Amino acid sequence: MKKITRFIIQVIIIGFCLLHLFPIYIVFVNSFKDRQELYSNMMAPPSEFTLEYYKLAMEKMNFFRAFGNSIIVTVASIAIIVLLASMTAWMLVRNNNRLSKLIFFVFVATMIIPFQTIMMPLMQVMGWIRDTLHIPMLNTLGGLIYMNVGFGASMAVFLYHGFIKSIPISLEEAATIDGCNKGRVFFSIVFPMLKPTTVTVMILDVIWIWNDYLLPSLTLSDKALRTIPLSTAFFFGQFTIEWNLAMAGLTLTIIPVIIFYVAAQKHIVKGVAAGAVKM
Amino acid sequence: MRKRKDKAWYVLFVIPLLFVFTTVVIVPFVIGIGYSFISWDGMPLNPKTFVGFDNYIRIFSDKRFLSSVTHTLLFTVISVLIINVIGLGFALVVTSRLRIRNAVRTMLFMPYLIGGLILGYIWKFIFTDLFKMIGEITGINNIFFSWLLNPRYALVAMIVVTTWQMAGYIMIIYINGIQSIPEDVVEAAKVDGAGFWRTLLHVKFPLIMPSFTICLFMTLSNCFKIFDVNVSLTGGGPNNSTEMMAMNIYNEIFSLNRYGYGQAKAIVFFIAVATITLIQVAITKKREVEM
Repeated sequence: MKKITRFIIQVIIIGFCLLHLFPIYIVFVNSFKDRQELYSNMMAPPSEFTLEYYKLAMEKMNFFRAFGNSIIVTVASIAIIVLLASMTAWMLVRNNNRLSKLIFFVFVATMIIPFQTIMMPLMQVMGWIRDTLHIPMLNTLGGLIYMNVGFGASMAVFLYHGFIKSIPISLEEAATIDGCNKGRVFFSIVFPMLKPTTVTVMILDVIWIWNDYLLPSLTLSDKALRTIPLSTAFFFGQFTIEWNLAMAGLTLTIIPVIIFYVAAQKHIVKGVAAGAVKM
Repeated sequence: MRKRKDKAWYVLFVIPLLFVFTTVVIVPFVIGIGYSFISWDGMPLNPKTFVGFDNYIRIFSDKRFLSSVTHTLLFTVISVLIINVIGLGFALVVTSRLRIRNAVRTMLFMPYLIGGLILGYIWKFIFTDLFKMIGEITGINNIFFSWLLNPRYALVAMIVVTTWQMAGYIMIIYINGIQSIPEDVVEAAKVDGAGFWRTLLHVKFPLIMPSFTICLFMTLSNCFKIFDVNVSLTGGGPNNSTEMMAMNIYNEIFSLNRYGYGQAKAIVFFIAVATITLIQVAITKKREVEM
């Protein structure tokens, strides 16, 4: 008897999970249908598999270009965040004087500021830098990467700070006595030890930067610079929605996410949990 | 000599990030406060006139903004409750001894990785075309119709999508909390004769209070600041009935070109977010127990 109830419970739960993923199923099956077939039955599998709509959607979204831009922005932003934030956090922990405490406090306290509060003045500041210093901060991937580093700094410093505090200093002291300078101590001894936190920071930042829409939409205006969320938004805004085409487009944007999830599921789940718990 | 060298290293390691951070976050935040006292249409050549607290006073008679505050509060309260209940429920399933727990975790967490913008578009199709079709086929027109055309149902649609996105994420945090409960405490409760519900309410829940703090914080601040789903799912419609605060601020600044006034709203928004989340953390922290 107990076995049967257990079985039934499991079936219900699995059913619920499948229902949970139902929207993704809907997107997928309808991406192969023509308009007529789509409106005749939206839930049935397609009668034939054609990649025609994928090809069209790819063209309209300029998919490979957008994908490339997203990759560049995500990878470059994260590399810089990881490097600079770990360096900063290490110095702040190892020289825990008044100045360090103040800097750390500012990093942490500003995490609560919503993006909407600074978006407009940020655009003014970047416009000013462009006009007076002639550094192209707006409408360039470089400018977007720079701003991502600024916005990602707080959380990364916070996570590294917490982890570095728990590492004993003795190893670093031994290396110093052996004649290593601070740079070498950090890069050959400390940085490799930070790997668990580095993975956490990378995971959290991938999820954020890859999906970020508002900041890129404010800074990038060139068609050729669009990231994936931007090109999706323009694709949907352009015409009255042709849903079969739109479904192919949406599937295209979801596929990289699923590949990322399947490839790094363990790290992702761990990273997301660790990132939240330390908050 | 050595001291000076140490200082140089300190500067070399700390300044680069601090510089970027200052130009991207600190400076805009500070001059943003300045902008909120100014009337300006965003055109660089047009004058910026100082209007004192006028922008802030105007907010209180701005019907569209006040109704966006109402939507946001309503949306946030309901979403936070539902997300946490479902997330916790999921977590209890996944930490049970059922064989399917890993598959369940994998499937439930998935939507969190897809960005809010994309999710909104996916659900837009479901709430409009698919629901209409189901209504026509089954004849249950009072549930299955185009939800996004009805102000009340459009808000419910926002809640559904947000829950769908966040519940799996919140589940992960609760799982972490539940797994950190020492096995012997639960065993002791069982030996003392506590059933499933009593163990849950009187042993497990008090021990995962830190998870409640985190999850409430995450859901509160995420829901209060919701923007992407709003843009792609409802666009604030029908008739601004689902326009949330973040979107209202965006529209005020970049669509209506009232930069100063919009910035005053943005400052109010900041104060609201800070107050609400700090109060919540203070309250739930107090209830955490030490092991």
